Amino acid sequence: MTGQVLYSQLFYGGSGIILVLLGLWSFLVHAPLLRKLIAINLMGAGVFHMLVAIAYRGIDTSPDPVPHALVLTGIVVAVSATALALAFGKRLDQDDD
Amino acid sequence: MIRPLEHIIIPLGLIAVGGLLGWSFFLAVTGEAGERLAAVALARVPDSGVSNPVTSVLLNFRAYDTLLELAVLLAALLGIWSLGAAAPGFQPAASVLDGMVNGFVPLLILSAGYMLWVGAYAPGGAFQAGALLGSAGVMLALAGHRNAGLPSEGRLRLLVALGVFVFAMTGLLLMVVGDGFLTYPPSLAKWLILLIETAATLSIGATLAAAYLGGRPAARPTTGETA
Repeated sequence: MTGQVLYSQLFYGGSGIILVLLGLWSFLVHAPLLRKLIAINLMGAGVFHMLVAIAYRGIDTSPDPVPHALVLTGIVVAVSATALALAFGKRLDQDDD
Repeated sequence: MIRPLEHIIIPLGLIAVGGLLGWSFFLAVTGEAGERLAAVALARVPDSGVSNPVTSVLLNFRAYDTLLELAVLLAALLGIWSLGAAAPGFQPAASVLDGMVNGFVPLLILSAGYMLWVGAYAPGGAFQAGALLGSAGVMLALAGHRNAGLPSEGRLRLLVALGVFVFAMTGLLLMVVGDGFLTYPPSLAKWLILLIETAATLSIGATLAAAYLGGRPAARPTTGETA
């Protein structure tokens, strides 16, 4: 049972790490602001994956509520930051014209 | 064509970062389980007024986190508004899309009410309900409603500040009564949490829909809008 929990955690958390790395690579390599913004969101999704994986404690036990609350907070902050960044990007485009 | 920075140096660095991350994650998952916060939090859930552990962490044990989170949303919206007026919006939808939107928006509002209530004992709560309300606004905006179903600017300002206001006022009142900032008395906890979550849901929904419009709302709704 514990082995199965561990495999799920490693699989899910490992996917999160891969998402973080892909996002980081895209953020460093691509110049357009929109792509950088998507890359940051991808990295955020990877971090949420890792937190959810750490909170998992088996299918019949309730998960650790503290990382779950952190993920909820993180999603809201990510949405706010993305919206603000999009508004800045739009304004930059307007000023270029 | 191979550019050394993009195709060799950065990937190698990222592989190193990934190895480090994976190693520390592995240690965190397999390592000696010390005293975890989960045990403390789960033991106190019955005192928190709600039976869903995540809601009790969000709205009771770490309520000031959630208060500041609402403030972050509000600050982001103020930033968006300060950057200029909203785009002129989309053209009014044809009958098929319009009919679908007219069916879905009431359903989304109903589901938001359900999410808000169910958050006390199952996954759900103010943020999920607010996201549903916000998506109803986004649907209206996509179907050509200039203000995404939001009220006029004066009332909208009240609505987006409502969550932070009710949350902070509840905390300050509890301080005056002598319990400490956002320390709910167990007998009242359920109703205080419900009050705060209701205000927060309305604010979050309005803020998300207003943020989607991408600028200050139009001064008054254009004539000819079929809202």
